[in-house]
Amino acid sequence: MSLTSLISISLGAILVENYVLVQFLGICPFLGVSKKTDTAVGMSFAVIFVMTLASAVTYLVNEYLLVLLNLEYMQTVVFILVIAVLVQLVEMFLQKAVPALYQALGIYLPLITTNCAVLGVALLNVVSEYTFIESVVNGFASAVGFSLALLLFSTIRERLEVSADIPKAFEGIPIALVSSALLAMSFMGFSGLKVF
Amino acid sequence: MKGILKQLREGIWEQNPIMVLLLGMCATLATSTSVVNGLGMGISTTVVLICSNVVISLLRKVIPNQIRIASYVVIIAGFVSAVDMLLQAYLPDISNSLGIFIPLIVVNCIILARAEAYASQNGVLKSAIDGLGMGLGFTFTLLLMSIIREILGNGTLFSGLPFELDLTFGGKIQPAMLMIMPVGGFLTLGFIIAGKQKITMIQNNRKRKISKSEGGQS
Repeated sequence: MSLTSLISISLGAILVENYVLVQFLGICPFLGVSKKTDTAVGMSFAVIFVMTLASAVTYLVNEYLLVLLNLEYMQTVVFILVIAVLVQLVEMFLQKAVPALYQALGIYLPLITTNCAVLGVALLNVVSEYTFIESVVNGFASAVGFSLALLLFSTIRERLEVSADIPKAFEGIPIALVSSALLAMSFMGFSGLKVF
Repeated sequence: MKGILKQLREGIWEQNPIMVLLLGMCATLATSTSVVNGLGMGISTTVVLICSNVVISLLRKVIPNQIRIASYVVIIAGFVSAVDMLLQAYLPDISNSLGIFIPLIVVNCIILARAEAYASQNGVLKSAIDGLGMGLGFTFTLLLMSIIREILGNGTLFSGLPFELDLTFGGKIQPAMLMIMPVGGFLTLGFIIAGKQKITMIQNNRKRKISKSEGGQS
């Protein structure tokens, strides 16, 4: 494992295999909290925090508990439990230790349990047979990719709210989906991008 | 009997989980690339939804309120693992092409939403029918999307099934690859929801006109 492979994992996860726009993971928060840029920023930080942590913890649980006990078929159940517990712990820890950060992320943390990007990254780390450091880097980079898409999209949606003349049937979610199609199309430009 | 039909119709049309409640988008967009995938996903989700609704409804008086979400998630994850293993054993092709989205049924918001909003407050039979209705609504939308995307994006219909249709006239028409790429998913769903909103608008207008004319007469 070298630095170059870590860089190519990160660039791949952020641009080429963007979680939201290419792999369709985490669409619910992508559509749900993208109405305002402020909330999108809050959600982005919460997701980056939890996904990096979840990648590390699920890797350890998988490697030192499930594989040793031959319980790999329990992955889904164990991972979702680990993530739910982790989110709860992070919430309690932040509340006590860093109240300012808790205030900022507060409402977004519980939502993350059902964000499929988090469970997705845990499962994909296992499928791709990443090492511990690669898993953590992949978790972090995927979350950054998610945030990038979310922030871009929230700025588009803020603009749609004020200045666009939208047909009545397309108001709300349909126009959001059509604009994310255009965003996804622009991300297709990254496919085939190889760094090294 | 009438109540059951009404409940089913609500799940499929008026309260359609994808088109109206906007739940479970990830799975919808990712697996509607072909009819076989869409149906596979729809049926798997329906099975999990019915089973989890029944069990949660049975346990609704036992589960303490504070840890109910965690308990629901464990119950759902159990059924998802079972479906995952069944698919791997009997339908390995579908299991391969759906890949990570089978275990991700756990975090499909439809299932948790129905557990929380319906099964935790209603009886077993009603919850089972609610699961069936919602599952059928989900499958119906997936089927609609995957038919559109497969015809436009791949030039086939029902590919992978014994009665596969080739709609490219022997390769004379070039299918638009874009439609089975992520872009096509967003576009198709956007247009389907817009269509549904249009129909609802027309229906509401008609209702308003009828009530107005009735009001005028009296």
